[in-house]
Formats: sequence, structure tokens, C-alpha cells
Amino acid sequence: MSNDVYVVGVDMIKFGRFPDRSVPDLGAEAALMALDDAGLAIKDMQALYCGNLYQANAMVGQRILQQIGQTGIPVVNCANACATGATAFREAWMAIKAEVYDLVLAVGVEQMGKGLLGGGGGGSGIPKEGLLGGGTMPTVFAEAGMEHARKYGTTFEQFAKVSVKNHHHSTLNPKAMYQIETPLPEVMNAEMISYPNTKLMCSVNVDGSAAAVLCSERKARELGLMSRAVKVRASVLTSDPWQERDLVMPDVNTCTRLAAKEAYERAGLGPSDIDLVELHDCFATAEILHYENLGLCGDGEAGRFIDEGHAALGGRTPVNVSGGLLSKGHPLGATGIANIYEVTTHLRGEAGKRQVEGARIGMTHVIGLGSACGIHILERAG
Amino acid sequence: MSEAEARPLPAVDYLKIPADGDPYLEGSKCSACGAIFLGSRKICSRCAARDQMETIRLADTGTLYTYAIVHRSFPGVDVPFVSAVVDLDGGGTVKGNLMDIEPDPDRITFGMPVKVVYRDALGRKDKDGNSYLSYFFVPRE
Repeated sequence: MSNDVYVVGVDMIKFGRFPDRSVPDLGAEAALMALDDAGLAIKDMQALYCGNLYQANAMVGQRILQQIGQTGIPVVNCANACATGATAFREAWMAIKAEVYDLVLAVGVEQMGKGLLGGGGGGSGIPKEGLLGGGTMPTVFAEAGMEHARKYGTTFEQFAKVSVKNHHHSTLNPKAMYQIETPLPEVMNAEMISYPNTKLMCSVNVDGSAAAVLCSERKARELGLMSRAVKVRASVLTSDPWQERDLVMPDVNTCTRLAAKEAYERAGLGPSDIDLVELHDCFATAEILHYENLGLCGDGEAGRFIDEGHAALGGRTPVNVSGGLLSKGHPLGATGIANIYEVTTHLRGEAGKRQVEGARIGMTHVIGLGSACGIHILERAG
Repeated sequence: MSEAEARPLPAVDYLKIPADGDPYLEGSKCSACGAIFLGSRKICSRCAARDQMETIRLADTGTLYTYAIVHRSFPGVDVPFVSAVVDLDGGGTVKGNLMDIEPDPDRITFGMPVKVVYRDALGRKDKDGNSYLSYFFVPRE
């Protein structure tokens, strides 16, 4: 028998703002939902990998078990910026791949404040934001988008169309933070945060959690879980290789290209085999870059890719049919497992109104600035 | 206030203010692979060579690589401002505010020549009341 790894249970809570709840409480809810989805109990789990960023020193995984069952299993808490959830999932995958365990739980959870992320500066002396350029996330990704505009003439309108599409997709996803249509003029005329990203082109800071139960093939067959199982065809994590401008301009492109190349190689697949993609649209500008970085279209073709509707539900490669980070929301540590939930749900044919018809293979992608890129390729097993 | 106390401090450590000369930006160049970094360092993150770094003076001219126009920032930060990534002539990339230009995408062009200028750090002082000197970019004719 192979040492392939399967997702046998997965779920997420509806993203929202839950200031009266705790991080472990939110994580526990998703953990129980994923266990129920698999028809298993916490007593069946041999390890827990927990992803959370803002309380990375606070033993969130153990505190989740204090809510749902302290069975004494090993717990690993991980933080990797916006790739935190994907990293927890990948550690769980690796533990089974290495044949150390047969059944492992991965949880991603985050509670967010409102407002701008990044910037701030730090260090001694005087505040640097607005003195040495901008360091907020909308600004960093605006600069990355404008680099694409420089190379290929990509327009503000093309960037904005990403947001129109993802907000439209989210109207079909009851677990998204928002279910609101945002027509192009509304997106372009929204408050400008960092040109070319308006407020509606920035991801939504929300609270959320997602969890997955990963299983060895042997155990999945033994337990009769293969009919709804989804196989992990590739799990890849990269950091950012040296680039000449990366000291002042975080590079989200090279690490994504590196990860995508390796993921396709490991899966023995190419971009044309992928039926849907959940990629890291932390800002509308970022999604445009990743069409090319993931090979969904050729270099310089991303503007046309969005113009011609190839990334929309019903298009050539639907992207972010969940509504993406732009409308589903972006609880940092949960994002990399919530996108596993989304793709798995499509591969199971259970995505309801937003179902990508006949989806057999899907891809998830996250970027943690600093940088980390996590990519997973999943395939329907049944 | 004595003359020594009135001297502004550098806003960042790679901004050098010689006692008897003009301010400039300092970088490091790896003599093994040629990679250029801002400020000083001992190991090259491009080729991993150790102790091959030479200190260099970065150019005061360059071209605009990319930018964003920041309209919303943290409380107390004046907006809008242009956050600019500039490739310096002779190597090195620096980020800073592009000044003396309308914050309008129709006025800003990729590749436009810019000059590095050294000015007071927008009136910002530290808790001890010290003034700072910072660097900015302005369009170059």
C-alpha cells in the first residue's frame, strides 16, 4: 500500500467577528466540525498541528484540547505569517507521509482586530511609516501590483475586476464573511487605501477557524472513509530566494513560482489539469500576479485572463470561488486550512450553488509575507 | 542648545552624516557575487559568502522602479504620499517617499529619473526631543 495521505474530514466556521469568544474556543469549534465530518472522535487522533499567528506563544493547540479532550497526544503550535494554516496542514501531512501516525488533526484559527496590518516600523528613534515610504500591507501589495503594471500595462480597472469577481463568488458561499455584489464602479470608487488598491480590493480582517483530519491510505480503507476522501497529491512549502530588490520590496512572486513548479512536478500534473484554485488574494493586485505565478496563464497575460472571465465560476480555471480573502475574509492562521476546506468541498461535489462542475483536481495557495509560500494539490479519491 | 546637540541624527543606520561632508546612503557589496545591500552586513544572503562584504557609498541618483500612492495610513501620518521603490544608479534599491510631485498616477511614470535628497524627517522627533535627518526622492530633470 502507498504512503499517500488523504483528507477524510474538513470544515470551517462561518467567518465573522467574534470579540466575545477566545481563540481556543474558535479553534475547538472547527476541530469538532472536522471530526464530525470524518465521523471520528478526538480519541482517534494521534497528533494535533495547530496554526495561529497572533497568539503564537500561547499554546493554542493544547488549549483547544482542554476544551475538546485532553488525550495526551503530541501538539505542535506553528506560526508562519499568512502561511500559518498551510504550514500546520503540511506538518500533519508530513507526519503521516513519514508513517509516524495514521490519523492527525490540523487546526487553523485566528482572531483579528480591525485596521491596517504591517507598517509600524519598530526599532529606535522615530516612527518610519510615511517617512521612508509605506510599509502597510495594502501599500506593499500596491507596489507589487504596480510592478506588474510597469511590465505589462496592467490597469487599475483590471485589478478592480478581481474584487468584483470574488465578491460575486461569495454571494454563493454561506460561510463567507460577506455575501454582497460589488459592481466595478463601486469597487473603483471605494475609498482609496493605497493606489491601486481601494478598500474593496483589500482582504477583510475577520475571526475564523478551519480544521482538517488527515489519514493514511491504510487507515482510510480500514475505516471505510475512502468514498469522500481527497488525496493530497502535493504539499510544498518554500521561502523567498534572494532577489535584488527584496530588502525593500517583499517578493511574493519567486517563492510562489518555486512552489508551483515543485508542486506540479510532485503531482505529475500541469496547470491545465487543475479544475479550481484557491489562491492568496490578500489584495486584488496579488491575485493578478498569482495567475501567472501559478501558470494559469502565460507571463503578461493576467490582465486578459481576468478580462475574459477565465478566473470566474464557469471559466477555464475558476479562482477563489469561495469569495477569497477579499470577501470570505482572511483570519490569517485559518486561511491555509479554510482553502483546503473549499477545494475539498468541490472535489466531493458538495459545494452547492458555487460547485465547479466535475471538479477532480484543485489547488490551494497561500503567501506569508516575509516570505513563505504553501501550495497543496488535492485530488478526488472516490 | 550647543552646536553638537543641534546636529540631527540619521533616521536609519544606513544614512551617514559625515562631520565634514554631505550626507549619503551606505551599502555593502559582496566581492564574491556582486550583490548589493543597504547598510552593513557580514554575510551575503545571495551567495552565502562570509566576510566578503565591502562598504560602498550608494549613488544619489536613480530611477523609479515601482510605487504606491498611500491614502490611508496610521494616525498621525500625513496622507497622501507616494511610497516609491527606487533603483539607484550603480546598484542598490531603496524605498522612500517621492516628494515634490503630485500624488497622481498620471503624473508619475515608471523609470522616471529621481534624485536622493536629505531633509529633516518631517518634523518627527524622538522622546528626547532629538531631530532627525532622513532621505527622500525628488524628480530629476
